[in-house]
Amino acid sequence: MCLGIPGEIVEILSDRPDLAKVDVSGVRRAINIGLLEGEPLAPGDWVLIHVGFALSKIDEAEARSALDFLESIGQAYEDEIAALRDSVIEQG
Amino acid sequence: MRFVDEYRDAGMARALAARIAGLCEPGRAYKFMEVCGGHTHTIYKHGLEDYLPEGISLVHGPGCPVCVIPMGRVDDAIAIAAQPGVIMATFGDMMRVPGGNGSFLDAMARGADVRMVYSPLDALKIARDNPDKRVVFLAIGFETTAPSTAMTIMRAASEGIANFSVFCNHVTIIPAIKAILDSPGLRLDGFIGPGHVSTVIGCRPYEFIPGEYGKPIVVAGFEPLDVLQAVHRNLLQLAEGRAEVENEYGRVVPWNGNPKALAVINEVMELRPHFEWRGLGFISDSALCLRERYAEFDAERIFQVPGARVADPKACQCGEVLKGVLKPWECKVFGTACTPETPIGTCMVSSEGACAAYYNFGRFSRDRVKEATRT
Repeated sequence: MCLGIPGEIVEILSDRPDLAKVDVSGVRRAINIGLLEGEPLAPGDWVLIHVGFALSKIDEAEARSALDFLESIGQAYEDEIAALRDSVIEQG
Repeated sequence: MRFVDEYRDAGMARALAARIAGLCEPGRAYKFMEVCGGHTHTIYKHGLEDYLPEGISLVHGPGCPVCVIPMGRVDDAIAIAAQPGVIMATFGDMMRVPGGNGSFLDAMARGADVRMVYSPLDALKIARDNPDKRVVFLAIGFETTAPSTAMTIMRAASEGIANFSVFCNHVTIIPAIKAILDSPGLRLDGFIGPGHVSTVIGCRPYEFIPGEYGKPIVVAGFEPLDVLQAVHRNLLQLAEGRAEVENEYGRVVPWNGNPKALAVINEVMELRPHFEWRGLGFISDSALCLRERYAEFDAERIFQVPGARVADPKACQCGEVLKGVLKPWECKVFGTACTPETPIGTCMVSSEGACAAYYNFGRFSRDRVKEATRT
C-alpha cells in the first residue's frame, strides 16, 4: 500500500482531465492525476502512483531505477501489481 | 541467496560503507532510526546492517501504517463489517491483522462481506455498483494515502453517492516522531526520514528535529544505496557538528511537498484530539478524522462501534519493536508462536512491518552477507 509504483502516462483522457491511462510494468490502467494539478502531464511522462493516485512526477531515469528496485523486492511488488491489475478505479 | 552477491550496486555500497566506517568515532555507538517501514524492508531484504560497522545500529520506527493500528480499532472495523447490508472494503494488508476477536478473515468466515481493494476509488466503485448496500472503506496510512482518501470522499460528495462512507484511521508522522524523541530509554543519533510521506508533506515539518532536539534527519529513497547514503549523511553532520534536515531523495521529494495533496487533506479532514497508536499509546493531534461538512461520509458517525480500548496480547511485544526498543528477533514469540501465517502482532502482518521483513529476509541474510562481503 505504501509502495509508490512508477507508471508511464500513455494517454490523457480528454473528457476526464482528472484521469490518465498509464502503463505499469505492462499493466495498463486508468489512474487519478487530480493531486498533480498545475503539473503539466503528457504521454511519455512518468509518475509515482500510490493507491491509484499519481502523487509526484518523476524523470525516466528515476522511474527505471525505481522499477528495477521494486522488481528486486519480489513478493510485495508482485502483490501490488496484482492488486493494481484487479483494480477497477474508473473506466473514464 | 540473492542478497549482496546479486545486488547490482554492491561495489558502490561497499565504497560507501568504507566512507561510513571512516566517519565513526572509535568506540562510539550510533543509533539511527529509519522511520518508514519501506526502509525497514530494504534494510533486511538487502542485508544492509551487515555493510555497517558494528558501532552503528539501525532502529526500526513506527512508519508502518498497518502496524500502528491498535486492536480496538480493528474490532471497531469488524463490528461495522458485521452489520447487515454492509460491504467493507480495505487494503489487502489489513486482512490478517488480528483484533481482540479475530481478523477480517475470521469475520468473513462468519459471513461478513469484506473486499480487498487497491484504491479507495475501487471502494467508491463498489458503492456505485451496489446502491442497496452500505459500502465502508477502511482507510489507513500516513500522509501518503490520506490525500487519496480525501479525494475519494470529495468525489463521492460531488456525485452524491450516499451509500459510501469511510472509517478513517489516517495518522500523521510528525507527532509519532516527537513521541519517540520524548520517550525515555531510547537515545537516537539521527533519523532516516520517510521518502513517500515526504512527497506530500515536504521537508519543512522535520525542522523541529534539528531545531528542538539537535539531531540530524536525512530524507531518503528506498533503494539500498539511498539508505546507506542517508546513514553517511547523518554521520557527516555529526562529525561536522551540524544538525539539519537534508533531502537525499530530491529527485522525488520537493522541499515543500505536494501543496494540492495537503490542500485536499485539509479540505476533508481535521486532527483528532487524541488517537491511540499501538505501542506508543495515546498521542495528541496525531490522527485525522472527517470534518463536520463531510459527516455524511463518516462511518464513525453512521455506525455504532464498540470504541473500546483493547490491550495487546501479553506475549506480543510489537509496542517495543515499534518504538525501536526491541529488535524483532528479541521478541519472545518471534518466529515461534508469531509468524506471517499466524501473526499475533501487527509487525508480523504487513510486508513493511519490521518482524515480517526480518522473518522473510533478515534471518537468512546475516551470515551469508558477511561471507559475501569478505570475498
